[in-house]
Amino acid sequence: MLGPNGAGKTTTFRMLTMLTKPSGGSALISGCEVTRDLRKVKKEIGVVPQHMNLDQELTARENLELHGRLHKIPGDQRQQRIQELLAYVELADRSHDLAGKFSGGMKRRLMIARALMHRPGVLFLDEPTAGLDPQARRNIWDLIRRMNSEGMTVLLTTHYIEEAEVLCRRVGIIDRGRLIALGTPAELKKKVGEIVVEVLNHGDTEYRFFAGREQALQYAGSMSGNVLIREANLEDVFVELTGRKVGD
Amino acid sequence: MVVLRRSFGKFFTSRLVGPLLYLVAFGWGLGRSIQVDGGNYLEFMVPGIIALGAMNTSFNAVGVNLNISRLYYKTLDEYLIAPISAAAFVSGKVLAGSVRGLIDALVILALAFLFGAHLAVGGWFFLVVLLTCFVFSALGVVAAMVVNSHEDMANFSTFVILPMSFLCGTFFLPDRLPKVFGFIIDVLPLTHASYLLRALASGQGIIPLSLAVLAAYALISFAGGVAAVRAVR
Repeated sequence: MLGPNGAGKTTTFRMLTMLTKPSGGSALISGCEVTRDLRKVKKEIGVVPQHMNLDQELTARENLELHGRLHKIPGDQRQQRIQELLAYVELADRSHDLAGKFSGGMKRRLMIARALMHRPGVLFLDEPTAGLDPQARRNIWDLIRRMNSEGMTVLLTTHYIEEAEVLCRRVGIIDRGRLIALGTPAELKKKVGEIVVEVLNHGDTEYRFFAGREQALQYAGSMSGNVLIREANLEDVFVELTGRKVGD
Repeated sequence: MVVLRRSFGKFFTSRLVGPLLYLVAFGWGLGRSIQVDGGNYLEFMVPGIIALGAMNTSFNAVGVNLNISRLYYKTLDEYLIAPISAAAFVSGKVLAGSVRGLIDALVILALAFLFGAHLAVGGWFFLVVLLTCFVFSALGVVAAMVVNSHEDMANFSTFVILPMSFLCGTFFLPDRLPKVFGFIIDVLPLTHASYLLRALASGQGIIPLSLAVLAAYALISFAGGVAAVRAVR
């Protein structure tokens, strides 16, 4: 789910993860209705919220232990799963450190491990890389790709265009509480035109979209001043659909 | 329990400060010149400050922490998306608050003995302390779920907990107050906790009406806590 701050991404997530009651409509996760089959849905989903909501006074291992107990995972399985997951998110050597002492990237990785404890079918990640430095962000991307390649369905929200481009097979663009487009990045770009011509005119940039390179070149040739020809990205799709930039 | 064990030293020493001040100020200082019903003021006051300490510690341990965890750290979400019932969650919080309240009561008792108080402390006494902790831990859950800012949580303590601390039979008998105040004070839970603990500590035995009132508050506040957790989504 891609959209600017305040578009309604987190609210949608909170409704899907049963933290906020929807005012209407219905949503199915693995065949279970989120407002009716609460217990089933809770077992089926793993949630990594945007806010770092680890228990700061517990160690990494204890945070996972608590989650395992809340999900009633039997003792032996729980210990084994904790070992596996700490290694999976590369925190095995920090398992006895308090979560409050971790860096932002480590906290996020621990939150992902926690969400995976009960082997959910669908993982919800709300702005998984918000506030992280570039290296930590790439580590999280690698982790998400790895989970996805192992068969996990991952649903994530982001306001970073490149994150949606790099990670998502299917992108929903959300703006002011409404889903305004849904499809693969390629399909969405096709909608507006795959090639963009940017013409800089007295400080203002004008964007024109074209289905093919030749038409774009022809148009660019007819323009005077600074002209840039490039492939369209999801930000262009957003701008074209809403008339605004993602950050506006 | 892991967190309590880890920070026990800090928790324990912080529990000493309030009772020590009460015992010095009202026991040694003011209390030397006061007699209540022909008895020693220190022995009159100690059951009251045990009720007061149990209330404050269990309410703050649950209410303040849970409110911060709901609004600031958002760790409450982790429990709300877990497949556990609201009753199980409230039971856990009430148990955690009650353990802390009980430790507070034990600290006050130990200090009171050091100050020379003679109290008859038995099974019923601890049961009433536990019931008091239960009531105020559950009330802490309700407040934490209903109050929507840390500032308002402090206001809740100022308008609800603080008046009870001083008026509910802790430092003096409310029958000396005007009748209208006496009626209000008589329906508050801390009054009955103070009455019960004082009666038990002086060897008079249990007061059935006060025990029933406290038990009713325990049930109502627990049910209120469960309803508040369900409604918070």
